[in-house]
Amino acid sequence: MSLPAAMDFLLPDRLDEALHAMAARAGTVPVAGGTDVMVRLARGRERPPAAVDLTRIPALARWERSAGRVRLGATVPYTRLADELAGPLPGLAAAARTVGSRQIRNRGTVGGALGTASAGGDVHPVLLACDAEVELVSARGTRRVPVREFYTGPGRTVRAPDELVRAVRVPEAEGPQGYAKAGRRGALVVATCSFAVALWPSRGRVGTGIGAAADRPLPACEAEGFVAGELAERRLWRSRRPLPDSVLTRFGELAAAAASPADDVRGSSAYRRHAVAVLARRSLGRAWDDYCADRRAKEAPCA
Amino acid sequence: MTPYTPHTPDSRRTPGAVGDSAPRPDGPLKVRGAFAYSSDLEARDMLWGTTLRSPHPRARILAVGTAEALALPGVHAVLTHRDVPGRNLHGAMVVDQPVLAVDAVRYEGEPVAVVAAEDPETARRAAELVRVAYEVLPPVTDAEAALAPDSPAVHAGGNLLRHVPLRRGRAARGEPLTADVVVRGVYEVGMQDQAFLGPESGLAVPDPDGGVTLHVATQWLHVDHDQVVAALGLPREKVRLHLAGVGGAFGAREDLSMHAHACLLALRTGRPVKMCYTREESFVGHVHRHPARMAYEHGATRDGRLVYVRASIVLDGGAYSSSSPAVAGTVATCSLGPYEVPDAEVDVRVVYTNNPPCGAMRGFGAVQACFGYESQMDRLARELGMDPVELRVRNAVAEGSAVANGQVLDHPAPVAELLRRVRDRPMPPAAPPEGAHLARTASRGESVVRGVGYAVGFKNVGFVEGFDDYSTARVRLESAGGQVRAVVTSAAAEVGQGVVTVQAQIARTELGVEQVAVEFGDSSFGSAGPSSSSRQTYVTGGAVKAAAEAVRARVLERADRLLGRPGTATGLSGGAVTGAGGQVLCKLADVLGDEAVEETVEWHHRPTFPLDPHTGQGDSVFQFAFAAHRAVVDVDVELGLVRAVEIATAQDVGKAVNPQALLGQIHGGTVQGLGLALMEEIRVEGGLMQNPSFTDYLIPTVHDVPPMHVDVLELADPHAPYGVRGVGEPPNISSPAAVAAAVRDATGLDLPRIPLRPEDVAGLTRTPGSGVR
Repeated sequence: MSLPAAMDFLLPDRLDEALHAMAARAGTVPVAGGTDVMVRLARGRERPPAAVDLTRIPALARWERSAGRVRLGATVPYTRLADELAGPLPGLAAAARTVGSRQIRNRGTVGGALGTASAGGDVHPVLLACDAEVELVSARGTRRVPVREFYTGPGRTVRAPDELVRAVRVPEAEGPQGYAKAGRRGALVVATCSFAVALWPSRGRVGTGIGAAADRPLPACEAEGFVAGELAERRLWRSRRPLPDSVLTRFGELAAAAASPADDVRGSSAYRRHAVAVLARRSLGRAWDDYCADRRAKEAPCA
Repeated sequence: MTPYTPHTPDSRRTPGAVGDSAPRPDGPLKVRGAFAYSSDLEARDMLWGTTLRSPHPRARILAVGTAEALALPGVHAVLTHRDVPGRNLHGAMVVDQPVLAVDAVRYEGEPVAVVAAEDPETARRAAELVRVAYEVLPPVTDAEAALAPDSPAVHAGGNLLRHVPLRRGRAARGEPLTADVVVRGVYEVGMQDQAFLGPESGLAVPDPDGGVTLHVATQWLHVDHDQVVAALGLPREKVRLHLAGVGGAFGAREDLSMHAHACLLALRTGRPVKMCYTREESFVGHVHRHPARMAYEHGATRDGRLVYVRASIVLDGGAYSSSSPAVAGTVATCSLGPYEVPDAEVDVRVVYTNNPPCGAMRGFGAVQACFGYESQMDRLARELGMDPVELRVRNAVAEGSAVANGQVLDHPAPVAELLRRVRDRPMPPAAPPEGAHLARTASRGESVVRGVGYAVGFKNVGFVEGFDDYSTARVRLESAGGQVRAVVTSAAAEVGQGVVTVQAQIARTELGVEQVAVEFGDSSFGSAGPSSSSRQTYVTGGAVKAAAEAVRARVLERADRLLGRPGTATGLSGGAVTGAGGQVLCKLADVLGDEAVEETVEWHHRPTFPLDPHTGQGDSVFQFAFAAHRAVVDVDVELGLVRAVEIATAQDVGKAVNPQALLGQIHGGTVQGLGLALMEEIRVEGGLMQNPSFTDYLIPTVHDVPPMHVDVLELADPHAPYGVRGVGEPPNISSPAAVAAAVRDATGLDLPRIPLRPEDVAGLTRTPGSGVR
């Protein structure tokens, strides 16, 4: 029997060094805040040949706004996201505030969450609802992937083994957004299930994302289509009149139908499906109420 | 939090005496992170020990191969049961648990081999290289099924670990139990973990005399010492146990964990060996609260007087006995609640299974019973159309009443008063305080319904059923440079509860000196008994008081001789000897000179007696303690999420020795109960733990803890030193039942099982055990 080799821990200062390390040895694990990776390593569930710490690379720890988008570097921690970007990215900031504890939020990053791609990660539903794009980079080059095409299975994504998440590009909010999380504890809890909604008045679109209710984060496409049709047909984007309860309820049902939840220690499959419906209905209801109440938004042009 | 204000202190009393909130010496260190816990121990040339554990809940061991592990560079020892020189069995009550597994494993996580290596990672890798050939067997996982005659036996003697029958009144005479109104219910309590923060850890250092010294976090050095000595096969005096910094206990440190393993490795390698469990390992490294299934039937008159109680209670003891026999006794003795019940037929059975072993946890069986009988009291109140508090008050025991074991309460038992106090508190405002929902995103008040629930509970303080329990304390009064100080020594384990502070307060009270040092006695000092069962302030407190009194008597004699007037010196106060009128006669320092006065006392509380094996009757308890809770909760009835709004509690403590420490006990115990009601459960499937980490074993955070109102009664127990009553467990006993009752009040659901899961509270599950049996 051969022994597992000791693990190298690399601390590059530059992105190209990190990319070189990723390409050099198969199975090399990138580490951002380490809030997921280090737990798995400590439990001995993984013994990769090397880990590459990305937190010393300044280019990854910045965000910038341009052309109606925020380009969020992979290693910007949740604390900074919540503190600095609540204006343009209210949904993502809200989700970031529900992650773990203060200590975890000081370390954890959106880039890391995309790397781990846990179905219950708090930021994924919002990224879906916002039609974000993931920037992947490797020694071979750079590519952008719509987040809706990013997740492929439990903890799996389209990211190739030698690729790093460099940034995520998120459109700035043009209407209310929300993130709702059901968990058994008031804080410091992994979501039993979660739901995100984002209103895009200029496109007549309601974006959605469901967390922890399938093997991967996923959008509620049918619910999106349904509510977009209802809003258009009833001309509610312009009138800003309340959404009928029947629409909210149907929206929730369709969201639940999109889920295919598991039974586990955090909740039963039946509960998760039920909770997705409730969270979806409430989230859309709140977002729409906020939209109706928002005078500033009223003056903005919309579809 | 409402601060509890003690009575106006006596101006002549020594500062920091009994009744003051004397500061605890370890407090600042712990807050600053400077306190040395057992996991912080280090020694030069230290090796690290690790444990190879069974991945199976039930299997035969066919072979164990250690050659590959031993061949790994940096590995110094790999030990199996063959390397245990003494008795390869331990157990604080029943000696049934192998130090290292021999030919069978009976639960997931059972130790099979131990390794010592240069560093923890090498030790862990070596453990992975130990080859164990298992023949996996189907585990026994259901406690009731384990009692069936065709169930596989977990141990040779069968699966029934202890049966405690209790028969009173008509049931004892074989007459039928009937009543005008009868309610029945089946209730379940899940497996709670003590969830202490400091994992099992310690350091074993080989001694030049061929012995070993173990520094370990424990609740009782002496019972550990007995077991380690037996396992090592060494003379008692060659094995020394010292208390290391304890990061919480709650019952989980009553059994051996790494004690014998570290000593075996240290003796084999001749080097100090440190062992420190990981968090996941800790979950399998100690016992848990017994899961319970309780079928209750209560009979009452139409005007709400209890006539009889019939109950069948099954506890899952898991793979080894631990404290199970005593827990079963406590369940029986507490099974009727603090109520007058003329007739009772109760059977408590604790059973071996291949589930994780269960044993001591704060409340020790009284918690489970309280959830059963208090759920029944609410059900009965509903059936009768009575107010639930009024029903409880009408049936409450008082001094002079008999409880389930037939014992007549010969000390205050203010059950009705405790209930009235929590009921009569003003209710919290209807709207949640600003920001209360900040931590939750799921509801902004949608579908939120408020509920209120009540419960009262009780439990024995200290050891029971004839166990000759005692504590040993030495008190020394000495003068140095004109300064008088007292030195108190005992082996009472400071597990965070504050027993060090209490001992100093007692010495100050009895000796009238401010300066008191408290020293930990090791295993060579007399036993103090365990920091368990709410007993240390009573029992070690009693020992320190008696020793201090003996010292004082000798000092007064000496003062009389010095003054040449026998009988004039009557007290010690403010560093002086005082007379009958309180006047200063002479300085204490002058009386002592350079000749210290020292007394050691082994102090026994009043005797207790066994339970009759057929009727469960007997004066088995030396003191009972009582507390009541009122819980106010907001329930998101759609999502089944619960937020506690406020908890009010009232407790009789006899005497608040240290009001601040007392508040800590009451707050902490109440929150631990809130956790059991709402989230704390080890989920076990097929004998395998599903959530052995703090990611999925949830305990309440500060966001989950509501404001608490604490009402303290000080009705002295005439049999107890200073009138004290044990305080650690009562707050933990009735809080789960009160919280569950409040959620029932909000939802209208039966909710017969705790912890309440969101799916239960949302009405999505038909919980097994609901309805009539």
